[in-house]
This record gives sequence, C-alpha cells and structure tokens, in this order.
Amino acid sequence: MGMTISQKILANKANKDEVKPGEIVMADVDLTFANDITAPIAIDFVKRLGVDVFDKGKVALIPDHFTPNKDINSANQCKIMRDFVMERNLPNYWETGEVGIEHALLPEQGYIKPGMLIVGADSHTCTHGALGAFATGMGSTDLGFAFATGKSWFRVPESIKFIYKGKRKKWVVGKDLILYTIGKIGVAGALYKSMEFTGDAIRELPMEDRLTMCNMAVEAGAKNGIVEPDEITVEYLKERGIENDQYGILKSDADAEYSSLIEIDVSNIEPQVAFPHLPSNAKGISEIKDDIKINQAFIGSCTNGRISDLREAAKVLKGKKVAKYVRLIIIPATVQVYRQALKEGLFDVFLDAGAVISTPTCGPCLGGYMGILADGEVCVSTSNRNFVGRMGSKKAFVYLSSPAVVAASAVAGKIIHPDEVLK
Amino acid sequence: MIIKGRVWVYSDNVDTDVIIPARYLNTSDSKELAKHCMEDIDESFAKEVKNGDIIVAGYNFGSGSSREHAPIAIKASGVACVIAKSFSRIFYRNAFNIGLPILESNVVDELEKSDEIEVDTKKGQIKVLKNGKVFESSVIPEFMQRLIESGGLFNYAKEILKV
Ligand code: SF4
Repeated sequence: MGMTISQKILANKANKDEVKPGEIVMADVDLTFANDITAPIAIDFVKRLGVDVFDKGKVALIPDHFTPNKDINSANQCKIMRDFVMERNLPNYWETGEVGIEHALLPEQGYIKPGMLIVGADSHTCTHGALGAFATGMGSTDLGFAFATGKSWFRVPESIKFIYKGKRKKWVVGKDLILYTIGKIGVAGALYKSMEFTGDAIRELPMEDRLTMCNMAVEAGAKNGIVEPDEITVEYLKERGIENDQYGILKSDADAEYSSLIEIDVSNIEPQVAFPHLPSNAKGISEIKDDIKINQAFIGSCTNGRISDLREAAKVLKGKKVAKYVRLIIIPATVQVYRQALKEGLFDVFLDAGAVISTPTCGPCLGGYMGILADGEVCVSTSNRNFVGRMGSKKAFVYLSSPAVVAASAVAGKIIHPDEVLK
Repeated sequence: MIIKGRVWVYSDNVDTDVIIPARYLNTSDSKELAKHCMEDIDESFAKEVKNGDIIVAGYNFGSGSSREHAPIAIKASGVACVIAKSFSRIFYRNAFNIGLPILESNVVDELEKSDEIEVDTKKGQIKVLKNGKVFESSVIPEFMQRLIESGGLFNYAKEILKV
C-alpha cells in the first residue's frame, strides 16, 4: 500500500520505512517555535529540566501577538522570552521592529522547506504545509518537550484528498476556496486528519493563497494541511535563495489510502463570507439578502496579511473612501510586507481612503489590542476565526472574508461584492 | 481512578476562546486564568465551580487555538475531569500533557446541570447516578497510558534525556 505525502514525511522522521494511520510514532523535528503567549510555559519546561535546547538553529521564538507590548503583563511575558534568548544565545529571534506574524514570517524568511517536520506552539502552524512540509500546532508543554529533546510524538493521521478543478472566477482567492471547503465539511470535518489539497486549480494557485488555505485547515479540525511541492514551490524558494538541491520533494503515491475524496469545482465558487460564530457558516456573497452593516473592517493576520492580500485590497480602495463611522484597520503581517506595500504606494491608497495602518502584530485578530470590538458591533475580517468574543466583546459579531470583500465592505459600510464598489 | 462529582453541561464546539478569552492571556498564572474560565459562555462557572466538579460536553470540545491556558484554567478551577463526545486534537494532547483526565463519551445526552456521575477512568465507564445508566468511553491509546504512568510529558523528557 502506498503512502500519502504526510505519511512519508512522518515515516522519514521516525526512521521507518512505512507508517500507517492511527499508529503513534516518536519523530525528529526540523523546526520548533513558539510565540509570546505560548513560549513562557515551554521555556519554563526547558529550565525545569535543566537542559539546553536540542539545536539552537532549529528553535525560533517569535514575539508577535502582543508586540509592541500592549500592557505590563504582556511585556513581562516577552521579557521571559528575550531573557531566555539572550542567556542561551539563540539566533532565531526577532525584536520589535523586525518581527512579523510567525506564520507569515517563517516562510517569507526561508525557514520552511519541503519535507520538513515542523511543530509550533500555535494552532495555525498548519500554514507551513503549503510548502510541502508536515507542520502542526501543539501546546506549550509539547513544545517544551520538543525544544529539549528535538522530538515529538504523533498519531499518524488519516488523509482526506481534496481535488479542486476548474477556473476561479474574478475576485475568488485561496480564502474563498478554504471557506467554501470548511462550509462544506464543518468545523470538525477533518478532525485529527490531514487535509491534502490537490487538483489543477491548486496547481495554478499562487503560494500566498496556498498558505491561506493551509492556514485554515485547523478550522476544520485538521492536524495539518498540505500541498505537494511543484514549480510554484520551487520558484518561491528560489526567490529566498534556496536552491532545489537543499531539499527533497515528496509526493503522495498513486495507491495511497485516503479516508475520503472530495471534489470541488472552483468555477462555481463566488466570494465567500463566514457568518458568526463559526468559520463553517460560509455563504456565497450573492446569498446575502439583507444588508449587513459594519462598524469595523480588518485586513491582516496570518491568514491574509501578505503582500498579495494588500494588493487586492488596494485595487478596491484606490480612489475610494471608507464609509462614515466605519473603521478600516490594515496590518501588514511582516516588516517585509510593510516595506513592500510602502514602496508600491499602497499606503497612500490606504491612507487616502481613511484606513489606519498598524505595525506588524496579531493585534485584533485574537481580540488582543489595536481594534477591539464593543458590545453589539459588527466586524468583517480577513482573519481565520469568528468565535464568540474572538475580537473583543462577546456581544460582537465577526464575519470572515477575503481582503477584496473586506475592503469593498469598508467602502460601502456593509458587506458587499467588490464589483459593486467598482462599478 | 474513580471520580465522583456533579456536572456542568455544555453543547458542541466549546472553543478555547470561550474557555479562556485571549484578553486574559497576558499571564500564565493558573489561579488568575481560573478566575475567567468559561466566562464568555457561562458567567456562573468561575463563581460556582467546586473542587471535583466535572465538565461534560458535545462534539469538538476545545477547538480553536493551541493555548494550553485552556486546560490549565479548567484544571485550576478544580475540575476533576472533562468528558465530551469528541475533542479538538490540540486540546486532547494538552490535557494529557498537563495531567487533566479527559474521556470521550456521549454521556452528555443523559445529563442536566448539577446531576452527579461516577467515572472509572481505568475501565472507561461512566455511571449516571440519578438513573444508574452506564456509558462506556473510548480507551486511551497505550502510548498515552504510558505517558500518564511516567507522570506526564515532563517526566518522560527526563527519562529520554536521562536528567
Ligand atoms: S494572526 Fe491571529 S490566528 Fe494568526 S497567529 Fe496571530 S492571533 Fe493567531
């Protein structure tokens, strides 16, 4: 019986010829990381053991959630991280001014390569599967264990094969494909499983859209999301100075076993909007009959804070104004994205429209700061979760969508198709 | 282990954002976290929860973020065990790693708030005291039983590293 790409990576790293779904293996990890919320507990684990980290080059500490620090407690948490980094002389640390959202930063800076086994103390670690790695989120104690031993235990997941066919409509991006998919299978539709994204429509999908899709695999309960490496992957890595002799390319066998196959014709998909309070409450935008008035629009996060996202938003916002009494908050996910957007003149477009631009941070995505919602307020956001209380008040309402729809909605003051604003 | 206690009943998809909202994540202090446990779904929980209480829920308990603060907050509230129809995978790992017993079972369908149950974690049996009905829970995988036996992931790391 053949193996899926996920099985192959786990088998490699567990030093086995073959692994089967359901089997529990102990495997060597290639990259381990944590953020300012999850690192302190993992660091404490390493300190209590009284050991060094297993490999300095394979540990990354990324203070992205509450930085620049929003209050005294978060400053103290970052201090625990920084002190540890200084004391152990760890190279992979980014200070405020360099830091970006972990899942945007790591691929951008060339830390992720096909075939790697990656664990992060953050649920959206599954993002990195877009480059053909096996990447999954865990808790802080698991990361403490990985920091200390270089190992982690895995239950080998069953895989679901998603086959995307057809041509995408105008304005339809990776975010729409994944919202549509989660809408179809539900928030536990891939629980404990691997979501493998395949098909012609994926082969044509730019890397940043693939990152968005894998990012939200966890929103269907999945352990990881993964895309087989191809020319787009090789090209993306080359731009980061990584030549193809520095990694191997694994693919799923033709006779690999899947727990199910799901075919999706993308030519039928229109821009999607996920209604409160679950990412699976996705609807096509034309199905929205009543006006959904908004108070806030947010473009950013590890899902959609990359340069292509900001370009999409700018296409809609150029020469337009944000509606009266609506706040549009734009947060480039990394410093590189920030600089690139500035260079391309996107900041002028945003500022002219009346948007506010923040330094890279998770900020409002998790209701941290920089755009907290009041009771009864409505926000349309490019992030990945719309749970009760996710962006502030538990009496607020969050809708999820793509950067173009969020930008258009900010202009119209209600959730709307980008074409409506541009006509 | 036998756990006897009264239950708090919740439905499907109780996510980590309601178990412990992000606005309280600027600390890892377990007592502080416990003060806000379940706040966004049930304000009475943190005020009225007693040592030895049990949380029962539907599908996909603990979905959402990887924050270990969620099981930590529940454990520090005095909750002895969580029983749900299914758990999100990260929550499942985290709970084992920090020593919060969790079991998969459909017992929630039989229960109302403050009912009492008796849980035998070894046998995987849950008894509803008001009517004597017994529910089976799925067995804990062998590897994870070994993890629990060695006292959680910390002691397991000690064994591996010989420190
Ligand atoms: S941007 Fe949001 S989802 Fe992504 S890592 Fe930050 S808090 Fe988590």
